[in-house]
Amino acid sequence: MDIRQELEKRILIIDGAMGTMIQQYKLAEADYRGERFKDWPSDVKGNNDLLNITQPHIITEIHKKYLDAGADIIETNTFSSTVIAMADYGMQSLAYELNVAAAKCAREAIKQSGKVAWVAGAIGPLNKTLSLSPDVNNPGFRAVTFDEVVAAYYEQVKGLVDGGVDILLIETIFDTLNAKAAIFAIKKYFRDTQKESLPIMISGTITDASGRTLSGQTLEAFYTSIMHARPLSVGLNCALGAKEMRPHIEELSQIASCYVSAYPNAGLPNAMGEYDENPEDTGHYLEEWAKEGFVNIVGGCCGTTPDHIKHIADHVKNIKPRQLPIVEKELV
Amino acid sequence: MQDTTIIKPYLRLSGLEPLIVRPETNFINVGERTNVTGSKKFARLIKENKYEEALSVARQQVENGAQVLDVNMDDALLEGVQAMTTFLNLVQSEPDIAKIPIMIDSSKFEIIEAGLKCVQGKCIVNSISMKEGEAKFIEQAFTCQSYGASVIVMAFDEKGQADTKQRKVEICHRAYKILTEQVGYDPQDIIFDPNIFAIATGLEEHNNYGVDFIEATKEIKQLMPLTKVSGGVSNLSFGFRGNDHVREAMNSVFLYYAIKAGMDMGIVNAGQLVVYDEIEPVLKKLCEDVILNRNNDNNEATEKLIIFAETVKAKGKENVKDEAWRDSSVEERLKHSLVNGITDYIDTDTEEARQKYPKPLDVIEGPLMAGMDVVGDLFGSGKMFLPQVVKSARVMKKSVAILTPYIEAEKELRKQAHLAAGTVNKEAAGAAKILLATVKGDVHDIGKNIVGVVLGCNGYDIVDLGVMVPTDKILDTAEKEKADIIGLSGLITPSLDEMVHVAHEMKRRGMKQPLLIGGATTSRMHTAVKIAPQYDNGVVHVLDASRSVTVAGSLLNAEQKPELLNSIKTEYIKLAEDFANKKTTKQYLSLAEAQNNKLKIDWSNYIPPVPGFTGTKAFNNHSLEEIREYIDWQPFFIAWEMHGKFPQILTDGVVGTEATKLYNDANALLDKLVAEKWLTAQGVIGFWEASATAADTIEVRGLKSEVRLESLRQQIKKAPGQPNLSLTDFIKPVPTPGSRLLTLDYIGAFSVTIHGIEDHIKKFEAAHDDYNKITLQALADRFAEAFAELLHKKVRTEYWGYIKDENLSNEDLIKEQYVGIRPAPGYPACPDHTEKYKLFDLLGGKENTGITLTESLAMYPASSVCGWYFSHPQSQYFGVGKIQQDQLEDYTKRKGMNKEEMTRWLRPVLE
Repeated sequence: MDIRQELEKRILIIDGAMGTMIQQYKLAEADYRGERFKDWPSDVKGNNDLLNITQPHIITEIHKKYLDAGADIIETNTFSSTVIAMADYGMQSLAYELNVAAAKCAREAIKQSGKVAWVAGAIGPLNKTLSLSPDVNNPGFRAVTFDEVVAAYYEQVKGLVDGGVDILLIETIFDTLNAKAAIFAIKKYFRDTQKESLPIMISGTITDASGRTLSGQTLEAFYTSIMHARPLSVGLNCALGAKEMRPHIEELSQIASCYVSAYPNAGLPNAMGEYDENPEDTGHYLEEWAKEGFVNIVGGCCGTTPDHIKHIADHVKNIKPRQLPIVEKELV
Repeated sequence: MQDTTIIKPYLRLSGLEPLIVRPETNFINVGERTNVTGSKKFARLIKENKYEEALSVARQQVENGAQVLDVNMDDALLEGVQAMTTFLNLVQSEPDIAKIPIMIDSSKFEIIEAGLKCVQGKCIVNSISMKEGEAKFIEQAFTCQSYGASVIVMAFDEKGQADTKQRKVEICHRAYKILTEQVGYDPQDIIFDPNIFAIATGLEEHNNYGVDFIEATKEIKQLMPLTKVSGGVSNLSFGFRGNDHVREAMNSVFLYYAIKAGMDMGIVNAGQLVVYDEIEPVLKKLCEDVILNRNNDNNEATEKLIIFAETVKAKGKENVKDEAWRDSSVEERLKHSLVNGITDYIDTDTEEARQKYPKPLDVIEGPLMAGMDVVGDLFGSGKMFLPQVVKSARVMKKSVAILTPYIEAEKELRKQAHLAAGTVNKEAAGAAKILLATVKGDVHDIGKNIVGVVLGCNGYDIVDLGVMVPTDKILDTAEKEKADIIGLSGLITPSLDEMVHVAHEMKRRGMKQPLLIGGATTSRMHTAVKIAPQYDNGVVHVLDASRSVTVAGSLLNAEQKPELLNSIKTEYIKLAEDFANKKTTKQYLSLAEAQNNKLKIDWSNYIPPVPGFTGTKAFNNHSLEEIREYIDWQPFFIAWEMHGKFPQILTDGVVGTEATKLYNDANALLDKLVAEKWLTAQGVIGFWEASATAADTIEVRGLKSEVRLESLRQQIKKAPGQPNLSLTDFIKPVPTPGSRLLTLDYIGAFSVTIHGIEDHIKKFEAAHDDYNKITLQALADRFAEAFAELLHKKVRTEYWGYIKDENLSNEDLIKEQYVGIRPAPGYPACPDHTEKYKLFDLLGGKENTGITLTESLAMYPASSVCGWYFSHPQSQYFGVGKIQQDQLEDYTKRKGMNKEEMTRWLRPVLE
């Protein structure tokens, strides 16, 4: 089914945190390694994306929980499945395979659930940024080049598409230039392969009280910088809880010509670093946004669980989605 | 009811901030000084690699009102791709420049593409054209679109540059159709440059160029209303180069008419535009004639302008810039420079401050830190953002670099003075070393870098290990480099646990350095509650970079250090107490909800380990020599109110001597009581089949009469994914008949006691020897605990045998790193003392255990320990915490006791 038709009818639900759910399995180093990587020279515990290969049933099970909770869109477990991010574990050569495996886990979960849902191939921000220097004494230095980033994302996109995703989701963008490299890679991939382009969802991250991205852009500057992707949706996720994210989502709903998505964290971390916002509260916040007509796609990021997603889904299910703005073609 | 939003087809650009070109928007100034073809100064700076200064050219453009910055590196002597990349990367780190959109200007497309790879905002490409044919044009346009850039299309085709109005309009319209129909460009993202050529050159065929441009602009805007028109304005007056006065007037007059015709933006020197109305009337009239090609037969107008030009001296106009802040005090100026990230005056201001203050260090600790405090405040309140803060740190660094030689010279003087006087120079060791790292699993390091810069500015030697640094590497390096302080940073939640781990390891390694904690998710509370208790030699949460300096300073000062650490310790203990108290006001689950949220162990594939026997086994008169190996000395010292980690406490600066003495005395007494067999150790262990038969009930099987052990469950509301624990969770439920694994689980129990202390206590009392009396009591307690530890180990590896190859040191045992647990009734995991009756019955009562239970269920002899054994690898120590009325009632019912009595026993866990 075309997701656009569904977006016209109702607010769609995107799933919650993957990492939070994986934590609950209390996996040990050996679980991460599985049989195949039992002799891997470095520690791999914490490489959650590796589980797509070594513990696919767990990843599928988590997807399934979110689908059961009411998610319409599930994100592949591929936040770090790029040759650049995998270098932390010496697993660069696995990047493509991780993406294919992740997409298959998500597809399998949808099959098991028997419902209509979409798989969004998650394209994360990388651990190296194109706009910021890691060396304060040398602000012109960059730890990675645009071409390297494009190549990494190109491979990820190839894996996600080969694995069967329905949408590509560039998310948790704290450096817009990284996102632009992802957009570049996606455009290039579909031009090179002559395949029909998949819809692109874009989700940025406002990091602090300044209301800007980590790379310093205001929300509108960010949106302006990625408009050329002609995304299905643009939105915000991570870093903030719903309470703090509200003014930014409101602004975005006014300026975005496409659909608007929002998946905040379960509040801000408390002093212990835990996210403790009640699912009920998250549900209430998002319900209010929905009533105000700010959003088309909602869900959760860090600290959210199937319980949060269920509450969100219940709270917004009878509320009309945000109407797409009228985009004028001439000056009147 | 939603109002439908309307989005207008405006040209939208962005740097760090958006720029929307609306109909009512005035002419957009594109700064041109960062162009090596147009600015000699800029070209020279780039060629000489003076990028820092080149940036100030850009900054000046912005300050003078440029709304877009044109950057051009087309020079035969420059490696254009590299120069463009270097400069634009630097621009990105200057928020006051990067806030405006960039126009990437080159005649070489590879340089344009290199530029596009550096800029996060939506740029303008200047320019592409059809001069090499349609195919190339289309390919370049596709590329620009992939980077999300707007494009300037120059009116240039296979035949050449358009000079007449008609050619200009034709070429632009052809390009428009290709871009919108074939490439998919939005009309508002297309900007035309219909070529501004020099006029008044003396060649008559040039005289109408101004008019051609103005007329073409009018027609283009009628034909393609959403597109924009731009141009390089200063070309117009090229003939008058060297005479800025006339050039500025010509440019202003031209713009006046071109803007009226629809020109939207232009490349101008934003600092050198005269206001149209303020041009002297004579000159204005002359300019209008040449631009509009009036009264210009036989170059008449041109000649008149040339004559006028010769009469005016090229008066250099001074740059007008708000420099009022330069008149304030040197402290204010330093602050201004820090807050605004201005390096231009930092040299002179620092020098002035150095002469004003008694010592160069005073400048750092005084005005510079005051300025950084303001930066910290502004950042905290969202009025500054990260790139600006980084810039401030760089200004700071520059200032400190100027002061450093003076500080060093002073040090040298003091050193010489020390040498002459024969005293010890503590500074001789060099700068204090501070090791910084972002912990394993975390890639965020900007905050840490700032701290590094700020500390580095203060004369510390910084060893920065970067990001994702494993604990071992941090601590190995700290030891190898002899770091004086270790600073940890992290931004994501799991980093908090990693920091706890580092602190824990520091303690294990017996390290001495203070530990600083910083980063966005860290908090004073978390540090106080979780990290500080792990490490005894100082853990300090540092709120921000500016505070790190004072903290580091105090920690490295022998006099201030104990004072600071003590006050912090007191503060943290208070915080931890507040935290613990606050917890009680937290939300609770109903018992049913809590039971629902039990620890979910996958029993379906679990085969419980079978003990070597069921029933009990006694250990009478066990070897004291062997038990002695398992003594945990730390509680022994605590019994003497000496707090500190063993064995470090023996060498502690304050209590070390006393502790060593006590330790030696205790060992002497130990030697004696072991040799003379003063004490006897008696222990019992037992194992029985057991199943969880209800949420909080464990049934012990295979006995004459059934014994049901009742447990209490945590009711406090946990974070998502955290279970509400009860000891019952660790025992396998009754297997359902027919299920694959019918095997039963087991539970164990033990008691140990140390007999024989009384006679010796009496002897010491008679001799008024309190010292040995207390030592003996404390030792007897340690023996009981050590015996419990020893038996537990034998249970794990031998009698229950669920761990065959355990290889844990005594230290690991003390840290409870073994598999399985041995919780004692009356302690946090099972706070109900009355369960002790069942435990002692199972073990065979007083006869077997040698222990009597007092009325208040204390054990006699006092040096006794008992507990349950659980073997499941997921079993863990925990505290039940406060329970609610519903659980009290349920528990009372299960225990078959009256409520009053039950309430009395459970008082400590009731609200």
